[in-house]
Amino acid sequence: MDCITWSPAGRILQVEYAMEAVKQGTPVLGLRSKTHVVLVSFKRAQSELANHQQKIFKVDDHMAIGISGLTADARVLADYMRNECLNHRYVFDSAMNVGRLVAQVADKSQQKTQNSSKRPYGVGLLVAGCDEKGPHLFETCPSGNYFEYYAMAIGGRSTSAKTYLEKHFEEFESADLDALIKHGLEAMNKTTSSDQSLTTKNTTVAVISDKYRELSSEEMQKFIDGLEKKEDEPMEDEPAPAAASGDAPDAPAPMDTSG
Amino acid sequence: MAPGQYSTDPKQHTLSPIVTGATVIGMKYKDGVILAADTLASYGSEARYKDVCRLKKVGEYTLLGGGGELSDFQYLSDQLDEMADEDWLNEDGCFMGPKEYSSYIGRVMYNRRSKFNPLYNQFVVVGKKKDEPAHLMYVDHQGTAFEENFVATGFGMHLGIPLLRNSWRADMSLDEAKALATKCLEVCFYRDCRAYCKIHIGVCNGTSVDISAPIPLNHFWGHGAWTEKRLEDDDPTATW
Amino acid sequence: MQAPVEQRWSPYADNGGTCMGVAGEDFVVVAADTRLSQGYSIHTRNCSKVTQLTDKCVIASCGMKSDAITLHKHLKARMVMYEHQHRRQPSVTAIAQMLSTTLYYKRFFPYYTFNVLCGVDDEGKGAVYNYDAIGNMERVPYTTSGSGSALVMSVLDAQIAKSNQTIATPSLDKAGIVELCKDVLSSVGERDIHTGDYAEIFLIDAAGISKTEFDLKLD
Repeated sequence: MDCITWSPAGRILQVEYAMEAVKQGTPVLGLRSKTHVVLVSFKRAQSELANHQQKIFKVDDHMAIGISGLTADARVLADYMRNECLNHRYVFDSAMNVGRLVAQVADKSQQKTQNSSKRPYGVGLLVAGCDEKGPHLFETCPSGNYFEYYAMAIGGRSTSAKTYLEKHFEEFESADLDALIKHGLEAMNKTTSSDQSLTTKNTTVAVISDKYRELSSEEMQKFIDGLEKKEDEPMEDEPAPAAASGDAPDAPAPMDTSG
Repeated sequence: MAPGQYSTDPKQHTLSPIVTGATVIGMKYKDGVILAADTLASYGSEARYKDVCRLKKVGEYTLLGGGGELSDFQYLSDQLDEMADEDWLNEDGCFMGPKEYSSYIGRVMYNRRSKFNPLYNQFVVVGKKKDEPAHLMYVDHQGTAFEENFVATGFGMHLGIPLLRNSWRADMSLDEAKALATKCLEVCFYRDCRAYCKIHIGVCNGTSVDISAPIPLNHFWGHGAWTEKRLEDDDPTATW
Repeated sequence: MQAPVEQRWSPYADNGGTCMGVAGEDFVVVAADTRLSQGYSIHTRNCSKVTQLTDKCVIASCGMKSDAITLHKHLKARMVMYEHQHRRQPSVTAIAQMLSTTLYYKRFFPYYTFNVLCGVDDEGKGAVYNYDAIGNMERVPYTTSGSGSALVMSVLDAQIAKSNQTIATPSLDKAGIVELCKDVLSSVGERDIHTGDYAEIFLIDAAGISKTEFDLKLD
């Protein structure tokens, strides 16, 4: 079965399965004000002995991506985006337009859905960046679709973060940076299960304006200390995918989906 | 040559210009930047085409002025038009400014010289994008590029620059800047055999890019220096 | 009778200018003029020859401007690529080696640039590297390149290396070296027509990179 064959129902199942791969990663979210974009990621470590998997990649001074799904695929796309930004700076002496790079990435993803010898990317990206039109937040999918948002969360257990963002996004536009980071962490806090919480080790906060910056542990700790107390949350409403059994520390994962 | 055959001669590129334009003058002023050039395209020493516009609007905020080989100037103009169309097709309201275009032109010129197939021009790229500061850059056939407050190409480098150095100020009004550019081209017309008495002036002020209708230059040839019969006089001190 | 002369287009130009670098124990001083000329014409009086590559490394290039622009752009891109890959900035020694291979890569159509690479190395010592156009390099205590380099070098030999001095003088401190650089460039401006207008002086030490400018003669 190749990845471009139609199902009798008129769907391309392999592409839809690739979209599922995005949900197997840990959550990552982004939100923007009129001056900044903030990306927040919740990282997983493959084992007690391993480092946490990197979820946020700096692309250029003015751009970064948060990823969910196959980290290996994400690194390919990150390399591609970094290269495009460097080339653009080399030729035009200026920062690359965020929306246009997202469209290029989407085109690249789309091509992988139309060629029998290829497979779609198994990763979703949140692309955060600032250009002449101000801050932007985009999502790209393995299908080649892309969307622009005020705020968005992707990855496993992201629904609860999305709910938080939907409730508060109208405040983001005029929020100052501290408030924006607070909202981001608050939203991410909603995704954690009852036996885990946000720590400076498993969380990354990146701030994108003209410059890219990751919050230091000390800075982040202050925000984490100020987080609202969690009530006993209801169970996740998404059905856990079968492959999630690979999360068990002793089960060898067929593919690294820990991103 | 028939298909499948090839020449034994080495591949050759144009290394000298054929139809040429002369001086371009560019300078910043209080609210933006202006560019001026005469309307002549010479064929060697022949004044071949006398109604050519050597200024080119590029994109939304930029002006390109070209001296040297006119066909290369037109070729690059067409390339830049295609790039400007790309901006339109993206429908995101983002348009490249003079900084982007001048850098791009600089890379094109350098890459062509590195392939030993240069665009035989001296360009002045000017513009102003919205509230950003005015931009003025010189680029030539070897890829030499720099930014300045005022610049002149070709013979203007020798005849115009001294006037610009004496009279240019950052707070010049548009009329003052136009008058100074006109003065430079007037001097060029008197002494540069490839210059002409009709000019275009282009203005970029951040919101618009305008290229004027052709403007005739004042010129007066009744000075003694031009009318005295030096050869008949057998004047050993004559320097004209 | 003179034989006909064929004017051939040349891909190369000499845009003149002078730069110099002097290493101290834990600092380095880089100085360069800002004149950009071609033949007897001055293109511009204010065009920097120096590009900052990392927090403690700069490169100064004399020779042909367009090659220098291209080289500097290329190096800056390589700095970003290194940072993405290694999550830190490259050391001065690493950049020095990379510059050498970059130049030699174009051995048969060289960058017509004469580079001085300066910075503070991983041991905190001042580092100055000198290059020819095709990548020969050497780490030296002090160097100079460009149209006025012959004039500069003789002074540095005397004042920094104390070569052939009949009277022993104490070696210069940081401020003394900066002053020497200013004096030397001013003097070179008197004798070399391609050097002048303004000079930039970069001081790199543990505190970072600081830049000062001063005037040379405009003639």
